[in-house]
Amino acid sequence: MLKGKSEKKENIFLRFFAKIKSIFLILAHSSVATKLSCCFLGVGQIMRKQIIKGIIYAVLEVLFVLFMIFFGGNYIAKFLFSGHLGTQTEGSYWNEELGIYETVSGDNSFLILLYGVVSLVIVIFFVSVWVMNIKGSLANDRLLAEGKKLNSFKQDCSLFINQKFYVPLLVPPLIGLLVFTVLPTIFMVLIAFTNYDYQHLPPSKLFDWVGFANFGQLFSIAEGSGFLLVFLRVLLWTFVWAFIATFTNYFFGMILALMINKKGIKLKTLWRTLFVIAIAVPQFVTLLLMSKILDGDGILNKILGTTIYWLSDTRNASLLPRVIIILVNMWIGIPYTILMCSGILMNIPQQMYEAAKLDGANAWQLFIKIVLPYMMHVTGPYLITQFVGNINNFNVIWLLTGGGPGDNLLYGVGNAQSTDLLVTWLYRLTTDTNVQYNMASVIGIVIFVICATLSLITYNKTKAAKNEEDYQ
Amino acid sequence: MKSDVKKTKKALLGQRTRNGITNGLIYFVLATLGILWVLPIVFLLYTSLRVTPNTGIINQLFPDDLQLGFGNFARLFQETQFGIWLGNTFLVATCSCALTTLFILMVSYALSRMRFKLRKPIMNVMLVLGMFPGFMSMIAIYFILKAVGLTNSLFALILVYSGGAALSYYICKGFFDTIPRSLEEAAILDGASQWTICWRIIFPLSKPIIVYTILTSFISPWCDFIFVNVIINNTSPEKFTVALGLYRLINADKGSFNTNFTVFCAGAVIVGGIIAALFLSMQKYYVEGVTSGAVK
Repeated sequence: MLKGKSEKKENIFLRFFAKIKSIFLILAHSSVATKLSCCFLGVGQIMRKQIIKGIIYAVLEVLFVLFMIFFGGNYIAKFLFSGHLGTQTEGSYWNEELGIYETVSGDNSFLILLYGVVSLVIVIFFVSVWVMNIKGSLANDRLLAEGKKLNSFKQDCSLFINQKFYVPLLVPPLIGLLVFTVLPTIFMVLIAFTNYDYQHLPPSKLFDWVGFANFGQLFSIAEGSGFLLVFLRVLLWTFVWAFIATFTNYFFGMILALMINKKGIKLKTLWRTLFVIAIAVPQFVTLLLMSKILDGDGILNKILGTTIYWLSDTRNASLLPRVIIILVNMWIGIPYTILMCSGILMNIPQQMYEAAKLDGANAWQLFIKIVLPYMMHVTGPYLITQFVGNINNFNVIWLLTGGGPGDNLLYGVGNAQSTDLLVTWLYRLTTDTNVQYNMASVIGIVIFVICATLSLITYNKTKAAKNEEDYQ
Repeated sequence: MKSDVKKTKKALLGQRTRNGITNGLIYFVLATLGILWVLPIVFLLYTSLRVTPNTGIINQLFPDDLQLGFGNFARLFQETQFGIWLGNTFLVATCSCALTTLFILMVSYALSRMRFKLRKPIMNVMLVLGMFPGFMSMIAIYFILKAVGLTNSLFALILVYSGGAALSYYICKGFFDTIPRSLEEAAILDGASQWTICWRIIFPLSKPIIVYTILTSFISPWCDFIFVNVIINNTSPEKFTVALGLYRLINADKGSFNTNFTVFCAGAVIVGGIIAALFLSMQKYYVEGVTSGAVK
């Protein structure tokens, strides 16, 4: 077994080297134009009279070289090869030659990391341009050897609205994605391996790589700094919340949809509109309104003449605020389910109902044996997305309770509070006075792992992913 | 024979009364819950109309000196910059809606209707990216924008709302997947380019999903206040969107809630009205979008 594995590994290595060797051989036997293209992008194309294409390649190379000289090279060196994120702290230093104190601006670890990542992405981009250039040149060689004519620039362009139409379609959105999602995500994942917190805030202080120490802190139970107990409490509540919130919204919504759509019920539009109007009110309005109504000295207590702290009662592990949050979430979420279920319920084949009724099934049996399985079959993936969405449901918690009430007994470390989900905790860690970007990143990675696992399970079970061409 | 008829008649009658009872119960449940659902909205409307002298502090539902009027709406436009906020939000929503819709349509068309080597890898990478919580990257986005000098501007807000839009292509792609390939093949035989097929054949068939995409992407800037909060400075109210403006109105400091609550409600009614009008008029498409995303 083991032997087989190692052989396989060797195979991969051998194949890799064979591939590299063959690439070199191909290049060695290629034309002068291609060889020149390896160093000077675009020259090969210009020699073949593909002037515009060649100029574009050449300009890209010049830009890249300029970028590396004046900006990127410096940051890449510091980021990748120095092993530290800057060495020079800001402050005044004694200059012996002049005999005075000099103010030195110092390194900014944050910028080194950020620009390092940006430069790295640009390098990767350039390398792929380089490969594309050589491949293009090799293809030209082949065409010439076969005695065919090369594509003119116009022909190349017309390819982009035909066979290669996906290139212009995908490039702009993917660039947006790169800048606003990929770069920030890589950056924040890297932060998880540094000590970037309130004690190491640039520009006055440096932060540095610490390896897996933050993950160690998350899973340690050391007094005062170990996150584990608090983390487990927050995680447990996150799951309980996500489960109950998804479950209640789904089932009560479905039951209401069934009621509205039942034969013989009149005023269907009225009932539906009553609920659907709630969707039209922006969530932040509803949530802020609710949080003020339910406040300790809010209007509800004034009306009832009570002093119940609906959203800040810490007794019984903050049971009351948690129940209230779930109720408010039902107010927000159920209309969506009604809307969705109404559409699907109408698609249940009528014959199924009639056949069951002939067999003497009552309403309950109809629901359990026909409606529920059908709904679960159709909306199964939707349920999982809802569950994942609820794990990340920032708005409801943040606007209603702000994660509070605070409960120092159970949540001493890391400033977590008793209705905090992982996401709101993450947010608090990055906006608090004692910011801990590093721990926030670690929690972000944990959330990623949870969501990824859940989504992968469903994704593999969904037919949609496998049979995307079913209807075409 | 006769007794049989009688029996079925009796059974039918029994069923009818039973049906009547269940229907009655259902009406009761629907009415109760319906009231419960509408109550907060009624409270919002009612509070926005209350101009009982010098309040803000609401400690009675029906005080003796209750007065109703449009004073809060007047205060909203005179004392706060609500008009500007509305304009800002409209601008941001329109621009980001256009960009987002364009991006989503482009990505889902390419991934659904075309076949190329990088298709599966791109889809997988996007799937993985979508699982990182958005807040995690928010700080990094802020600093990237700061590095290019774009923070505290509406332009940055538009970029942030539409930059990552490509990730939510699933629903739209699901819809494109259902359009028969034979249509396309016929067009190719007639010598149509991919561009023509996309523009002349697929898009006209996809009206529901396009309307859905436009609707959701237009509404989201009206409701989001987290990204605005990070990108727009708290000290420059002339750049707020309605969500941030209204939030700051009652959360700026301890006393602001008491003085501004009724004004906040007036603002909320206006925003809610705009979204409700949009939403209710487009409800059909919305349902189609949601269900086509779910039925998979």
